[in-house]
Amino acid sequence: MYDIAVIGAGIIGTFIARELSKYKLNIILIEKNNDVADGTTKANSAIVHAGYDAKPGTNMAKFNSKGNPMFDKICEELDVEFKRVGSLVIAFNDEDMNTIKELYDRGLKNGIPKMEIISGQRVREMEPNLNSDIVGALYAPTCGIIGPWELAIALAENAVENGVELLLNSEVYNIDKTDFGYRIFTKRKVIDAEYVVNCAGLYADEINNMVASPYFKIKPRRGQYFILDKSAGSFVNRVIFQCPTKLGKGVLVAPTIHGNLIIGPDAEDLDDKERLDTTADRLQYVRKTAMKTSKNIPFKKVITTFAGLRAEPSTGDFIVEESKEARGFINVAGIKSPGLTASPAIAEYVVELLKDINGGFKIKEDFNPIRKRMIRFDKLSDEEKAELIKKDSRFGRIICRCENITEGEIVDAIRRKVGATTVDGIKKRVRPGMGRCQGGFCSPRVMEILARELGTDVSEIVKDSPSSYVLVGRTNKGLEKNLRG
Amino acid sequence: MLSYDIVVIGGGPAGLAAAIQAKKSGIDSILILERDRELGGILNQCIHNGFGIHEFKEELTGPEYADRFIKELINMNIDYKLNTMVLDISKDKIVKAINSKDGFMIIKAKAIILAMGCRERTRGALAIPGTRPSGVFTAGTAQRFINMEGYMIGKKVFILGSGDIGLIMARRLTLEGAQVIGVAEIMAYPGGLARNIMQCLRDYDIPLMLSHTVTEIRGKDRVEGVVVSKVDENRKPIPGTEKYFECDTLLLSVGLIPENELSKKADIELNPVTGGPIVNESMETTVSGIFACGNVLHVHDLVDYVTEESRRAGENAAKYVKGKLYDSGEIIKTIPGKGIRYIVPYIIRLENVRDFVNLFMRVDDVYKDVKMIVSSNNITIKELKKRRLVPSEMEKITINVNQLRGKGLSDITIRLEEDADI
Repeated sequence: MYDIAVIGAGIIGTFIARELSKYKLNIILIEKNNDVADGTTKANSAIVHAGYDAKPGTNMAKFNSKGNPMFDKICEELDVEFKRVGSLVIAFNDEDMNTIKELYDRGLKNGIPKMEIISGQRVREMEPNLNSDIVGALYAPTCGIIGPWELAIALAENAVENGVELLLNSEVYNIDKTDFGYRIFTKRKVIDAEYVVNCAGLYADEINNMVASPYFKIKPRRGQYFILDKSAGSFVNRVIFQCPTKLGKGVLVAPTIHGNLIIGPDAEDLDDKERLDTTADRLQYVRKTAMKTSKNIPFKKVITTFAGLRAEPSTGDFIVEESKEARGFINVAGIKSPGLTASPAIAEYVVELLKDINGGFKIKEDFNPIRKRMIRFDKLSDEEKAELIKKDSRFGRIICRCENITEGEIVDAIRRKVGATTVDGIKKRVRPGMGRCQGGFCSPRVMEILARELGTDVSEIVKDSPSSYVLVGRTNKGLEKNLRG
Repeated sequence: MLSYDIVVIGGGPAGLAAAIQAKKSGIDSILILERDRELGGILNQCIHNGFGIHEFKEELTGPEYADRFIKELINMNIDYKLNTMVLDISKDKIVKAINSKDGFMIIKAKAIILAMGCRERTRGALAIPGTRPSGVFTAGTAQRFINMEGYMIGKKVFILGSGDIGLIMARRLTLEGAQVIGVAEIMAYPGGLARNIMQCLRDYDIPLMLSHTVTEIRGKDRVEGVVVSKVDENRKPIPGTEKYFECDTLLLSVGLIPENELSKKADIELNPVTGGPIVNESMETTVSGIFACGNVLHVHDLVDYVTEESRRAGENAAKYVKGKLYDSGEIIKTIPGKGIRYIVPYIIRLENVRDFVNLFMRVDDVYKDVKMIVSSNNITIKELKKRRLVPSEMEKITINVNQLRGKGLSDITIRLEEDADI
């Protein structure tokens, strides 16, 4: 019997689980996929928004403006890289300038600090690679960039460190109301819990409908992106938006926290919640639209493309509330953009909601807010590198040559709490495969280390989901070698 | 701090030949830094034969070809370090490298030879639309898994790109019991050598679809199939020509890219056409004392040419260390004219060439019955008749430098012209 079951281990679920782990509670975090941060959290713009977009009075506005300033502390506690690079919303004409004034006013109402409307001249001084027909921009210095999946993994690790139980590969297919709360049926086991927090992302409507009548729907809104090589990472210094449209904040051009350049997304409403494929026409649209921001974007340096699905709620706003029909069942649904930015504030609010329902929780005195530093070899000084290899020779063996990632870092990513068990799991945690060779050189070595550390054969190692096998067994020669031992 | 006369970065065919030649040229203090577990580089995974026809006048497998150089290197007592990654090189030839045994090393070199090879172009770089399942491999990675690690990568395979590694892998996969259902090539001509088209595709009845490309990858967890479309003359897919092929694996053989991340750190100038450093007749880059050879310079199709080029780099690095490489005298630029994509070397300092200089180049399209004309100031220096030229096969022109000396030439151009005599 658990006090609280959190369904969904994306950025929202991991944040809530970590926030709840500050109290003396028995918590389980349930995830349908093979790893945490495997849905929308791993495929989005990776921006901590300043907060001028959302209409004042909405949940989106409230949680965005509250969430943004919380990132510095949380990223320091969890040792997650985060940079406040600032953002520009650029205008090409008078109409755009009017939109920018509206955004500015909205920002003031939402309490966003330090915004400025700046001239085209100033834009070009700040960002020399942008097109010359830009007439002005809204500058918001509080906008930041981050690795959302890295933050979610860090939160999950810290939550588990503080006693939360994580259950992977456990899709929830039914929930019964019981005398004590809820009985949750997953593919792996049955879980009893007094309270349930539904952070199931694209599937939050289906989870709600298991205990209450349908009152909202989640529609997937697909967005497609390009990632460019690090040699193009400083093409812009800030997050560059065009003026927003009805469908969203439009195509942005931004540096990523890892030093690449990200370009996207478009916005396309779909019905299928698994449509993560990219399409030629939409990528072309993103490319063409981004060229309005800068015609010199070096698209020759594209290293990958991807699609992500935003969880678009039928209500148009974040849903963060207790179900009216199910006591102690909290829906955290429709967390589209700026969901990442809002996540720390949402987590805090959800805990308050639960506290109100329960009449308070007991504080855990020995809660440890600090997550141990994940070593980033490439970021160390020469002296630190030398010292580290002396201590542990595995840091002297580079596995990923594009990003200079060592065996030591990969072993660490496997052995820590919420450790990686898949090729993509390693990629999300320490980045081999994210570079320009896209895993061409390192994937055999990464799989070998995974197999060794997990005590299995290389052919058992999967890319991501349990059925995403990479190898299909031994070759004839390989078999011989194997038999000979 | 360690100190060597010559540090060679990379222990593949280029690095091996360069180091051996440098030693033969009288330099004793040489160190090879190799990032993999063994010397020999990519040759180790090329277990097919066909290597060494020019060099040894016999057909060897990749490992056999490498082994001849490795044995020679060991006999000559040339130092090498395996599992060693170079993190940085600088203009003043300080090399920073790490491995598990020696830790963090700072090595001072009098000369550096870059021989890091190349990497494969990926699905991401092509931005092939579709899902992102497992089962998409570059041909070289697949080759490594199969030939070195002993694992199969799929049962029903489609191949995009007709580069040599892709062709070789089509045969290899077939011999391992996989079904190779087709090879698509976006260009109107094959990317690999003619002999590989014969021996790896035709002999196994594997269809080659020219002017076709993969326009979508399908499958949620593992590849389930690919959509292949015909392309027009601008290489754009033609709507309505889509065909679906069910398969569990997509292999990519869509080009190689010289790996010059280190070169950039030393501010070495690169040629955007090859992706490799700009070098002179001595294989020296734009940074004095740093040389380059093999696939890091430009992608080769025959290892024999890599060996030849790398010997030149080794010999000249030795000369540089001894102060016998000259920066003065007559300098002639090579200019790619009509039909020629690039020429290596880019500059010829006549003072450093005894008799002949070899120019290596690739053409930009398939040509039949043409003349390759080397000229300067509209005066023809050399003319070669060619029945057939293809981008996949590197061309070599040897020029007697006496034809260039003392004529006050500043450049020579190589161009293609229709051969009117035929």
